[in-house]
Amino acid sequence: MKEFETVIGLEVHLQFKTETKIFCGCANRFGDEPNTLTCPVCLGLPGSLPVLNRKVLRYAIRVALALNAQINPVVKFDRKNYYYPDLPKGYQISQYDLPIAHDGSIVVSTAGQEKKIGIKRAHLEEDAGKLIHDGANNCSLVDYNRTGTPLMEIVSEPDLRTPQEAYDYLTALKLTLQYLDVSDCDMEKGSLRCDANVSVRQKGAKEFGVKAEIKNLNSFKAVKSALEFEENRHRAMILAGEKIVQETRLWNDEKAATFPMRSKEEAHDYRYFPEPDLVPFSLAPNAVEEVRRDMPEMPHAKLERLLKRYSLVEYDAHILIQDPHIADFFERCAESYKDWKKICNWIIGPVQQEMNSRKCGIGELKLPPQNLIGLIEKVEQGVVSNLVGKDVLIMMLDTGKDAQTIIAEKGLAQVSDTGALEKIVEAILNENQKVVAQIKEGKDSAMGFLVGQAMKKTQGKANPKLLGDIIKRRITDG
Amino acid sequence: MLSKEEVRYIASLSRIDLKDQEIEVFQKTLTAILDYIEKLKKLDVSGIAPTSHVLPLQDVFREDRTRPSLTKVEALRIAPAQAKGSFKVPQVIE
Amino acid sequence: MNLFPLTAHELLDLIKSKAATPQNIFQSLSERTASVEGQVKAFARTRDEKTVLAEIDPAANVPLPITIKDNICIKGEETTCASKILKGFRPPYSATVIEKLRQKGCVVQAQANMDEFAFGSSTENSAYGPTRNPWGLDRVPGGSSGGSAAAVAADEAIWALGSDTGGSIRQPASFCGIVGLKPTYGRVSRYGLIAFASSLDQIGPLTKDVTDCALLMNLIAGHDERDSTSADVPVPDYTKALIKDVKGMKIGIPKEYFIEGMDPEVKQAVDAAVEVLRKAGAVFTEVSLPHTEYAVATYYILATAEASSNLARFDGVQYGLRAQPEKTRKTPLIDLYEETRDKGFGWEAKRRIMLGTYALSSGYYDAYYLRGLKVRTLIKNDFDSVFKEFDAVITPTSPSTAFKIGEKAADPLSMYLSDIYTISANLAGIPAISIPCGFSKEKLPIGLQILGKPFAEETLLRIAYTYEQNTGWHKERTSL
Repeated sequence: MKEFETVIGLEVHLQFKTETKIFCGCANRFGDEPNTLTCPVCLGLPGSLPVLNRKVLRYAIRVALALNAQINPVVKFDRKNYYYPDLPKGYQISQYDLPIAHDGSIVVSTAGQEKKIGIKRAHLEEDAGKLIHDGANNCSLVDYNRTGTPLMEIVSEPDLRTPQEAYDYLTALKLTLQYLDVSDCDMEKGSLRCDANVSVRQKGAKEFGVKAEIKNLNSFKAVKSALEFEENRHRAMILAGEKIVQETRLWNDEKAATFPMRSKEEAHDYRYFPEPDLVPFSLAPNAVEEVRRDMPEMPHAKLERLLKRYSLVEYDAHILIQDPHIADFFERCAESYKDWKKICNWIIGPVQQEMNSRKCGIGELKLPPQNLIGLIEKVEQGVVSNLVGKDVLIMMLDTGKDAQTIIAEKGLAQVSDTGALEKIVEAILNENQKVVAQIKEGKDSAMGFLVGQAMKKTQGKANPKLLGDIIKRRITDG
Repeated sequence: MLSKEEVRYIASLSRIDLKDQEIEVFQKTLTAILDYIEKLKKLDVSGIAPTSHVLPLQDVFREDRTRPSLTKVEALRIAPAQAKGSFKVPQVIE
Repeated sequence: MNLFPLTAHELLDLIKSKAATPQNIFQSLSERTASVEGQVKAFARTRDEKTVLAEIDPAANVPLPITIKDNICIKGEETTCASKILKGFRPPYSATVIEKLRQKGCVVQAQANMDEFAFGSSTENSAYGPTRNPWGLDRVPGGSSGGSAAAVAADEAIWALGSDTGGSIRQPASFCGIVGLKPTYGRVSRYGLIAFASSLDQIGPLTKDVTDCALLMNLIAGHDERDSTSADVPVPDYTKALIKDVKGMKIGIPKEYFIEGMDPEVKQAVDAAVEVLRKAGAVFTEVSLPHTEYAVATYYILATAEASSNLARFDGVQYGLRAQPEKTRKTPLIDLYEETRDKGFGWEAKRRIMLGTYALSSGYYDAYYLRGLKVRTLIKNDFDSVFKEFDAVITPTSPSTAFKIGEKAADPLSMYLSDIYTISANLAGIPAISIPCGFSKEKLPIGLQILGKPFAEETLLRIAYTYEQNTGWHKERTSL
């Protein structure tokens, strides 16, 4: 049995979330009515000319710095020439021999270890329009709203060896990019896209096998599944002595398989040449330094800091940093409440549960940090039980009101008035004399039943600990 | 001399459908021009930097501020074919 | 008094003194057009008279009609580059120069014929048919701004805008006996100029005299934030450069320009022009621009490469012509592209697109395009070193006077070589002006070219003005 090795390289396209497109003042927005966000420039009308959005270059430098990449001191744009209906000018403005950055890396936690994955290059380009296939009418429809959306293409070295490693690389890369706050990184909306190059060779071989390029990967899971499929396909072909052809294949999620592209691919000759309508741009050290000063904290640094500063356990801190906004939220809460472990438990527990069920980020929850702290305090003071506290949270999120208001409005405060509780206990004991007798005979387990009955009477508002104490005393004394 | 096949390939890269007699005409004229251009090979250009831009301009930006877009009607008015608020083309096979 | 033969500055004076109104002027031009346009065919289309009259604001600064080359976008007006592929295309926006002209009160009167996409030196390659030279109707007006030049020479237009990628303003100005200026690259915004070769194209004036040239430059020059290659350099008042004095100015005469192939009548006229300026105090010295002989070859690599890419957008998808393929040869989409481009482009456009595609294609890029960019550096360096010592360089604009219609149509290379004196200025990005400097025995105009340093349009205007005021060739009119 031969031993195989899979070689994977990923190309990630990242849409920047700037106000406007890369070369014109049209709004850079997803989901608008088709062809309502266009102008002569992004429609590529004759005579129109591109002018670079300053922020796009700044975002690109941010990405380059986060990927520990070499930044070219002077960059330029080039034209990549090819014909496609979603490409209005017949060329895409991209970068060829002087990209923003090259030779970077990212540390990926995979299979219980940290592995450094090389970043070959990262360059800027303009996105194309959207082509909608209208099979019923035997035509295709083009929406140019997306045309000119700023894109950064991040090309990894062929350093990935398993589909899981590819998955972990994407996870780590996405987290880094989210921290940079340059993109929504939303694969469903297409603000993060991924193509994969995969080949299989015999372990120890120097040459790469013949690669397949996989497109139409709509989720990280799809990337992993497609790579697994390809890995098996290539191995089987090698074992069967079949010749693998270099080709582009499309992943089909439903059929869980890749298929060769139907359109006959012609030999590509993109005829790159320097874009004469744009001038060169200098990324001199001082310009880069300026961007570096504004760089947010990166995930790894944040993890280290959270562990040290708040003495969190590693598992909890890991969860917090998966979303920079959540980590921020934690820290803002931690400013005014010192039981950091409690805060963390509430966030990674009930709060995240609500984020998931409401399908929103922490920023969209109606929950200012002081409100969460207010709730935690009420629970800790015994005003409400832990369980009721979770219901209070839901009501807080529904209404935006704080814990105190909700507890007061709904009368959820626990009854801790011993006088009132004594009366209730007395009634319960009278109603359940058989049970009281059993307890006296030593059947302690029946205590719970009595507490339950009393809770029922108070509609759950009684302080259960206090209630237990009173019942115990009355039975022993009586 | 450019071969007919080369001319056909260039035409196809250029997305121009040429008839056979057109191919012949272009084969002749393009070859004559390319022969003339050969004279550049006489020059020693080693160590010479290429000039893509004659002006020493650099770092020309626009700020990230929106400007009005065309309306859908304005954008689509120029279209040779449209449907459902979009530019219509023959079916593209993937 | 007929108003149509007058210059813009003369007409502005008449308006000021209330001896004429902008409406009178436009009507005079319309009548002139009605009587001679059938012979000259300078225009791709003229605008409706009522519309133009309605647009005239007599209180404006410069309420004069202007003719615009058909490759400069005017919102809502058909703009086609004289190509079938853009038939019916009405841009939803106007070029920056159009906006600037309109701000000063200029009114677009007509759109001028041209070689398709500015590919040519004769205005024969047009979907609208050839324009004729008003000095000899069997002759070409030059090109590619031949319609603009012929309209001005025939007094159908007071002045006009053209574009110059390799001589397309200067050569027709020379053939038609008028003034044509190609400004420094970056001096006039290219926004809205349908690109031929982006790194070489410039819009510029075609006028009856040097004063009008300065006036029109005042209207169109300046930085434009919509054009990344537009220079943020202050714009002078060009009319202040109209000084009849060249004493002590140092002018070079490049020996490489006075070689075989030049029409002796052209040489004679240029020699005589040099004498006029020498007498006016300029100091002439022979200089060398050693890479001149490589300019045409370099140009036809770089310009066609850029053009092949710039014209890729004309594919029948978004606007303009769309062919309806009858049967499927390759795929429905590729058939649409290929047939649209086959039907829409003329011979010369196809030739240049293919030449440029070849120069950029895999395996040939270094040998052609990259080498071209390097030779461009050498050509630019030639000028840089001459301009260290000299204020200007003087040459003929074209090696010959206007040739006959059809004479070079079958031999593209000989057509390309007729640009030999004008191409270098585009490659080097420097300003150059062509002014009338006499006539051949057949009464065909001859042009004198003056080249200067980047942004030294004032120097060119001053030398040109001095020459013009000492001679008077610009006052000669055609017999139309």
